[in-house]
Amino acid sequence: MIAAPITVEAVSFAYPDGTHALDRVDLAIEPGQRIAIVGQNGSGKSTLVRQLNGLLRPSTGRVLIGGEDIVARHVAQLARTVGLAFQNPDRQIFAGRVRGEVSFGPRNLGQRGMELERAVEGALVATGLEMDGDTNPYDLGYSRRKLLALASILAMGTPIVVLDEPTTGQDARGLERIRRIVADLSADGRTVIAVSHDMRFVAEAFERVVGMRDGRIVLDGTPADVFSENEWPTLASTFLEPPLPARIGARLGLGPTATDEALLAALSASD
Amino acid sequence: MSGDAIRLEGIRYQYAGSRSWALDGVDLVVRSGEIVGLVGPNDAGKSTVCLVAAALAPAVAGGRLEGLAWLVDGPTSELPAHEAARRCGVLFQNPLAQLSGTSATVWEEVAFGPRNVGLDRGLIAERVERCLELLRIGHLAPRDPGRLSGGQAQLVAMASVLALEPRALVLDEPTSQLDPEGTRLVGEAIRRVAGETGSGVLIVEHKTALLASIADRVAVLAEGRTVLTGSTLEVLADGSLPELGVDPPAAVRIGRTIGAAGLPPGLADRAMAAITAASA
Repeated sequence: MIAAPITVEAVSFAYPDGTHALDRVDLAIEPGQRIAIVGQNGSGKSTLVRQLNGLLRPSTGRVLIGGEDIVARHVAQLARTVGLAFQNPDRQIFAGRVRGEVSFGPRNLGQRGMELERAVEGALVATGLEMDGDTNPYDLGYSRRKLLALASILAMGTPIVVLDEPTTGQDARGLERIRRIVADLSADGRTVIAVSHDMRFVAEAFERVVGMRDGRIVLDGTPADVFSENEWPTLASTFLEPPLPARIGARLGLGPTATDEALLAALSASD
Repeated sequence: MSGDAIRLEGIRYQYAGSRSWALDGVDLVVRSGEIVGLVGPNDAGKSTVCLVAAALAPAVAGGRLEGLAWLVDGPTSELPAHEAARRCGVLFQNPLAQLSGTSATVWEEVAFGPRNVGLDRGLIAERVERCLELLRIGHLAPRDPGRLSGGQAQLVAMASVLALEPRALVLDEPTSQLDPEGTRLVGEAIRRVAGETGSGVLIVEHKTALLASIADRVAVLAEGRTVLTGSTLEVLADGSLPELGVDPPAAVRIGRTIGAAGLPPGLADRAMAAITAASA
């Protein structure tokens, strides 16, 4: 699957209560990219990703997908292109059975029969919910409802997948599962955009990191770049800390080591 | 048992309509002024422990409880719900489920609890201001609680719980939606509350690094059973954590990786020293 490029052009956004959440944001995302958006609570991350599927519309500026301004496209049309898993799964979940929840999206996109079955089963397996198809979503714990919200988006097979805080409440195994889902989506040529506070997850699972502060983009690069020592002051201004391996690598003068793996490689090479 | 905020002894608990024991052997003590962390994989029963410790199960949730559950001044078995709510503040996993839905502003939301227990107006205002300040969310005071970000809602819910100054606090993943700075602030607030008010705090948390910095002791729950309890350092450095589905703090994880990498002793020592320095 080849996703379309996304271009955010000088997008500003203010909520009805007057809160200015985005301030002339420019962002170009290549098809198939794995991109993490980081920043403090309230820095505009969730507001930004909601512009991509038409849930929110820019006050000024525009969003293009595949070169086409999405202003004229309805949320339902955009749902074929952009799937967004909410931060709070309970704002998304409504069906009485897990399987019903997961099949709602692809069914609405016109999938039926075997095609629908496959989409639903694939999403349930990827999220580890294959044994819970007949469970009521509200009998699942929070972390599994979170995975269910993710499964519902995966099942739609959209070329662009947006995950708002996917790792919230996940244990070590859940984290590993989500890392694998991101990698698989990307290997399939799909674009993955995630909002996250988990710097280890960001450094290990994404190839590009965008840092936001007060509705603006203040950092943009690979995890190695963004977490390298010369960016620490900017990171600190967004109240973020580089992951521990980056801090250890800097102390040892090893250069950028954003992940455990990079740190170990740099250590071994310094021998 | 005087001095215990929460004491669970030989606890088994079965949800209404279920035939299996959600908890099957939980032993846990939280003394006044103490912070105890509870970790474990999803589905281990951590949130159920919270319900039992706060006297919400079986009193509100139904089901069947065996063993002794003690809350501040006595066993929970004979505790009326309003008395349990006074003794124990609870922060649930989903902060939006916790907001009263009746308050027009964050300020009113935080005042909701103290008003309900009939505190006088001056004292209510004082407590609200103090709790908002403690979590650095004074600027949210005039905002509509229904229009907050997930992280902001979590801080507001936390302030509402603290405003009641309960003698026991049960916090179910209080920082799950918070950025690193918010997480640090909540950690500090919890420590201050335990230190200043003598409240005993039970905190469920996946962020083991946070527990490393605030908890006095940590217990590990697996399949409804407390399998490991001890000092924070002891438990978080225990080699069995990854097997149990718990991520140890980054410093422990990286230390282990480097220790196993077979680096020359000089280099390994420098690396270990850097871990300690970088995680301080």
